[in-house]
Amino acid sequence: MLDDQLSLSRRRFLSTTALGVAAASASLAMPSFPRAQNAHVKVGLLHPVTGALSYSGQQGRIGATMAVEEINTAGGIKALGGAKIEPMLGDAQSTPEGGTAEVEKMNAADVSCIIGGYASSICLAVSQAAARYDLPYVVDVGVADSIVTRGLKNTFRFSPGFGVITKTALDNLTIINGQAGKPAKTVIIVHEDSLFGSGLAKLLNAQLPPKGFEILETIPHPTPTRDFANVVLKIKAQNPDLVIPANYYNEYVLLARTMQEQHVRPKGIYSVLGGAASSYKFVKEFPDAAKYVMDCNHWFNPKSAKAQELKKNVEDKGQFFTYELYLNYSAVLLVADALERAASADRVKLITALENSTFASPIMPYGPTKFVNGQNQGAAPVNTQVLDNDIKVILPPEFASAKPVFPVPT
Amino acid sequence: MKGLLSIAVAVAALAAVPLVVHSNVVFNFLAATLVIALAGQGWNILGGYGGQYSFGHAAFFGTGAFMNAILQVQYDVNAWISFAVGIAAGAIVGAIIGGLAFRAGLRSSYFALVTLAFAEVLRILASIAPITGAGVGLLVKLDLRVQSFQFHSRAAFYFVILALVALALVIARFLERSRFGTWLIAVRENEDAAMALGVDTFAIKLAAMVLSATITAAAGCFYVQYFLFIDSGIAYGTWISIEALLTPIIGGVGSVFGALVGALAVKSLGEGAKLVTGDVPGLDLMIYGAVLILVIRFAPRGIVGAFADTRERVARRFIAGTSVREAIRG
Amino acid sequence: MLSPLILCSVVLNGLMVGAVYALVALGLTLIYGVLHIINFAHGALLSAALFAAFFAYQKLGLDPYLAAILLAPLFFAFGYALQRFIIGPASHGDDRNMLLVTLGLAVLIENALLCAFRADTRTVELAYGFRTIDFGFTFLAVPRVISFATVFVMALALWLIMILTDTGKAIRAVAKEKLGAELAGIDVAHIYALAFGLGTACVAIAACVLIPTYYVNPMAGNAFVLVAFTIVVLGGMGSVPGALIGGLVTGVVESLGGFFFGESLGQLGIFLIFIAVLLVRPRGLFGAST
Repeated sequence: MLDDQLSLSRRRFLSTTALGVAAASASLAMPSFPRAQNAHVKVGLLHPVTGALSYSGQQGRIGATMAVEEINTAGGIKALGGAKIEPMLGDAQSTPEGGTAEVEKMNAADVSCIIGGYASSICLAVSQAAARYDLPYVVDVGVADSIVTRGLKNTFRFSPGFGVITKTALDNLTIINGQAGKPAKTVIIVHEDSLFGSGLAKLLNAQLPPKGFEILETIPHPTPTRDFANVVLKIKAQNPDLVIPANYYNEYVLLARTMQEQHVRPKGIYSVLGGAASSYKFVKEFPDAAKYVMDCNHWFNPKSAKAQELKKNVEDKGQFFTYELYLNYSAVLLVADALERAASADRVKLITALENSTFASPIMPYGPTKFVNGQNQGAAPVNTQVLDNDIKVILPPEFASAKPVFPVPT
Repeated sequence: MKGLLSIAVAVAALAAVPLVVHSNVVFNFLAATLVIALAGQGWNILGGYGGQYSFGHAAFFGTGAFMNAILQVQYDVNAWISFAVGIAAGAIVGAIIGGLAFRAGLRSSYFALVTLAFAEVLRILASIAPITGAGVGLLVKLDLRVQSFQFHSRAAFYFVILALVALALVIARFLERSRFGTWLIAVRENEDAAMALGVDTFAIKLAAMVLSATITAAAGCFYVQYFLFIDSGIAYGTWISIEALLTPIIGGVGSVFGALVGALAVKSLGEGAKLVTGDVPGLDLMIYGAVLILVIRFAPRGIVGAFADTRERVARRFIAGTSVREAIRG
Repeated sequence: MLSPLILCSVVLNGLMVGAVYALVALGLTLIYGVLHIINFAHGALLSAALFAAFFAYQKLGLDPYLAAILLAPLFFAFGYALQRFIIGPASHGDDRNMLLVTLGLAVLIENALLCAFRADTRTVELAYGFRTIDFGFTFLAVPRVISFATVFVMALALWLIMILTDTGKAIRAVAKEKLGAELAGIDVAHIYALAFGLGTACVAIAACVLIPTYYVNPMAGNAFVLVAFTIVVLGGMGSVPGALIGGLVTGVVESLGGFFFGESLGQLGIFLIFIAVLLVRPRGLFGAST
């Protein structure tokens, strides 16, 4: 694998480095790489594969390239005479500047569309950079609502954003609580203090009390946090029925471990966009701490045969089937469908095709697809719970593979 | 005049790039590089000429950036005005940090640490205060009009940052020629001796700090105008503190062109490294770290210094050779 | 919520956390005391040691506390080599250059770890990892109690080395008066390297003790670096007892601050204290006056 990465090719030099592009565009001769527009459609796959977010970026890239391979093996874009999708891999380097630089390169290489971004800050920068060129951009993960509320015609998001996820999380919490006879009244929220955690906490603080929940305390913490002993102390002292964590993987692990250490067992742990709560890695490594944890998050449709097949493929290769992977997979399929309907690789036509798209992802548990201002209205998170050392979907019923266990059995 | 001529030549060469190249990829690369060059030139004033190595220049970059963003986003102030205010804010923060640190007589490791701490404090504050968008950051509205200090053409942005860098180069040149510059260099070489000679080292260092902060803050203001997004990690993160010191060190600490040369070298190196390393995570940054160590080891005066050394050596050899030949000829 | 028992727990938590901070700071203060520079590579070295401890557990089945016996000398050698062959020669004796070289090393080591082992977080599950000692009002995890004990043992060991052994005396001589020591025939480059090696060995032990309750990834060490700097300054650069007490105090302050004002502001508190100490009394609690 290292050989592929280290091999140089002239085309790669010319298109992937700024120096190369300078050389290519400064020369008066024709560009020296073949413009095989008929046989290929170029699509930019942009992920933070290096830097702080590299794990997520790598997972995202795997998901996207899997989809591309599948489409190409099945005959490419039929409406374009079987044209294969030619992926142009970009590294956002976990920063908005990195993302912007890649957009410029992808634009110069004439991509029809860009997919990816991952982090909301990168998505924001990329969508703006792409908007300058009317280049369609499909967000893979980034949940910030601001990504799709700036009136940028080129930006689309197939997966759900903050607002929808939080609303669904609250609705489902009420349902689960109601079904169990309303054992939960008091709540403590533990959240990381940047974009995602703070935004979530704010929404929860506004929307939980009207549903009959009392928030005892909202505990913010930085990323990284070295020690959760005091956070857990506060939880222990106030003994809430429910703990709602919203943080990244590492912090969630520390929190869960510390709670286990201190014998803190609330009636339930209900995470929203949990970093580890619906992570196979977490379940595998901390089976005891992970038991019964609920999450409202991106997830695949467990009843989809295709999804299960994909999951098996990924796990056979020794990877974890994480949300970055299948969200990117779906995003690529969305773009391929749009290419088919547009029957063209032209950017403007592609934007129109995406606007009108009703593409239903075979692996995602979404409602009917409809884009309003770039946001897919059918996108929704689901509720999962760790049961029997596995992650099962518990709500909504049409995708559920198990019933919620709440409150946690003592 | 000769000193200014070299600046004019360099700037003209860079300004001519859009005539030959029409690629936005290149303009983006150069604009991003020049932002770092500007930030680094700021550091160079204090560190290169003054010998005070700050490990927290993010404090000024971030202040400029946030002030610019806050005024536009929260208070609807005109972009050009907020840019100017951002620069002023950076200068004020420089005065405060410099005043406190130098009044306490902090040097070397202690000075590095206190600047680092100030930058961290600002970062934490920015990550929790609502006015800076707390965890979410601030998004400046995309409005490609000159009134909003945004341009349709990437080349226009490039010219703006180039103008700022040119100004910083000129400032450095005037500094070198001025009495202030001499005192500053004296402080760098031997602060105690300078004090003994009656130089007001506190005032000199403070002035250098303010000038340094102003220039770096300008880089921050431009960053916001160009990328339109800022958050506490970008504004006050260690990445910019490190880049601001890395580039002049590699390029040539204490020289007019050091930061510019260093930024171009480092960024080009980054592009080149990506080529070789592909997407193996971390490999390109490993190269950065290794290059820094190698530069300190073999070329402590950076690229510019090494150039000057080679020129001297060649000249000496030439002169020596000539006089020997003349001697033989009799 | 403000019952004395809760407060007691908060302070105890602070002491436990502080003990780990102190362990990390011990190495740093030793290096500063002798070489007179802040080693910016300290965090990266901690990350490297965490990975070493992780692999010792995963590949060799070594319990981290046993792994410390293997890793301490290994990292001592690594630190010695770093100072002797890279930092020393590269710096040409200038303090400022040394700072930069350690910074370069930090970037290099951290990214080498990223390159070799990727960014995903790994953890170690020990059988006794969650076992706790019941104090009635709180549970203290066994690994944390062990860390607490370890820091005292380490501090004592270091202090004994400094006072009783010839090497220790040579180190102290170089720390106090480099030129004089050189004239007395002491190989300063060797002593510098020894001190750096000792500091790195301390980091290795800190990592072994930390790993049962923490996690491993290339950036993990960074979380401790700034706090370690704070402690070294607070306790007095070069003072072993200073690092110990400074570490415990910082842990308690962070714990109390975090508890009452929120974790984020608690972090802020640490830095503000740091700045205050630097501005008002840079030599810290126990440092020698320059």
